[in-house]
Amino acid sequence: MELARKWVQLVIALLTNGYWGFPVTRTIYQGPLKVVCSPGLNCYSCPAATTYCPLGALQQLMLGIRFNLENAQYYLGWYVLGCIGVVGAFLGRLVCGWACPFGFVQELLHKIPSRKFSVPRPLRFIKYGMLLFFIFLLPLFVVNDFGMGNPWFCKYVCPAGTLEAGLPLLWLQPDLRSTVGLLFYNKVVILVFFVGWSVVASRPFCRVGCPLGAFYALFSRARMVKLSLDPAKCTKCEACHHVCPMGVKFNESPDDAECITCLACMDRACKFDAISLTVGGIPIRSGEVRKPAVNKTL
Amino acid sequence: MRKKKPLRKLPFIVLMFFLILFLAGVISGEPSRVLEQSWQICLSCIGIG
Repeated sequence: MELARKWVQLVIALLTNGYWGFPVTRTIYQGPLKVVCSPGLNCYSCPAATTYCPLGALQQLMLGIRFNLENAQYYLGWYVLGCIGVVGAFLGRLVCGWACPFGFVQELLHKIPSRKFSVPRPLRFIKYGMLLFFIFLLPLFVVNDFGMGNPWFCKYVCPAGTLEAGLPLLWLQPDLRSTVGLLFYNKVVILVFFVGWSVVASRPFCRVGCPLGAFYALFSRARMVKLSLDPAKCTKCEACHHVCPMGVKFNESPDDAECITCLACMDRACKFDAISLTVGGIPIRSGEVRKPAVNKTL
Repeated sequence: MRKKKPLRKLPFIVLMFFLILFLAGVISGEPSRVLEQSWQICLSCIGIG
């Protein structure tokens, strides 16, 4: 199943970045598919991006609300919120585990041999602050004389944007290099920080800084597809604790907001059939392999 | 005999809510605005310029 997940991650990353004419056109894709929402974090200024980034689009709508309302345009972000809400209500953070290109990049980085460290659990609350302030409040309320705000998360933080859009665009359009300043260097430092952290810790950006992950995490109890625990079968052996890439102790908190439904606990750890994948509460699959639990430091 | 698991209602309610929100966005013409934005390279958005 782990191999299947990797293939799904690769295919989705290629589908959401499927415009390979950019080395010739030297600009971004401008076709009709850009009205489709990317389920994961995928910058729409990436030259290969074929879909829009929900966080980028949401900030653009938030920062222009006053201006739009003054011009009788009622763009309140419902379309984008509806798109990610439908995805979140159906899959929740399964998207992080299976469909986010930046999550995939972090997983690949974590395969680089090195000493591995855990991510302190309290840091997970930072991403909810990022969602509230950088995606909604700051773009909405910090505005200029014309009533326009800034896309705070994209502009000051997003490492996916730097990796997928900033650096490739500087390569494709040499004229832009003269405009690079402190703002860009700040973003490069953030990217380098998370790249380095990803090598030594599992998915640090997903756990600490991703506002999209925070949004999907709000559906942890209400999502359609999720892992469920059968307490009658659980022996509390804690094997599921050791395989989780997000540091979730599944048998202690089966509705944990950090669970990305990668199925590692179900397939690689639980020998007692206590964990199953459910859709709307109906179990559709339980562990496939009965082998000894893996001991791994995360 | 194995007990039949009940269907969870909450996910369906949440799903319906966001589906309605999505349709409201479509009716108000937001997709064209999103398309317009995503066709442009917003340099300041990616920290350049």
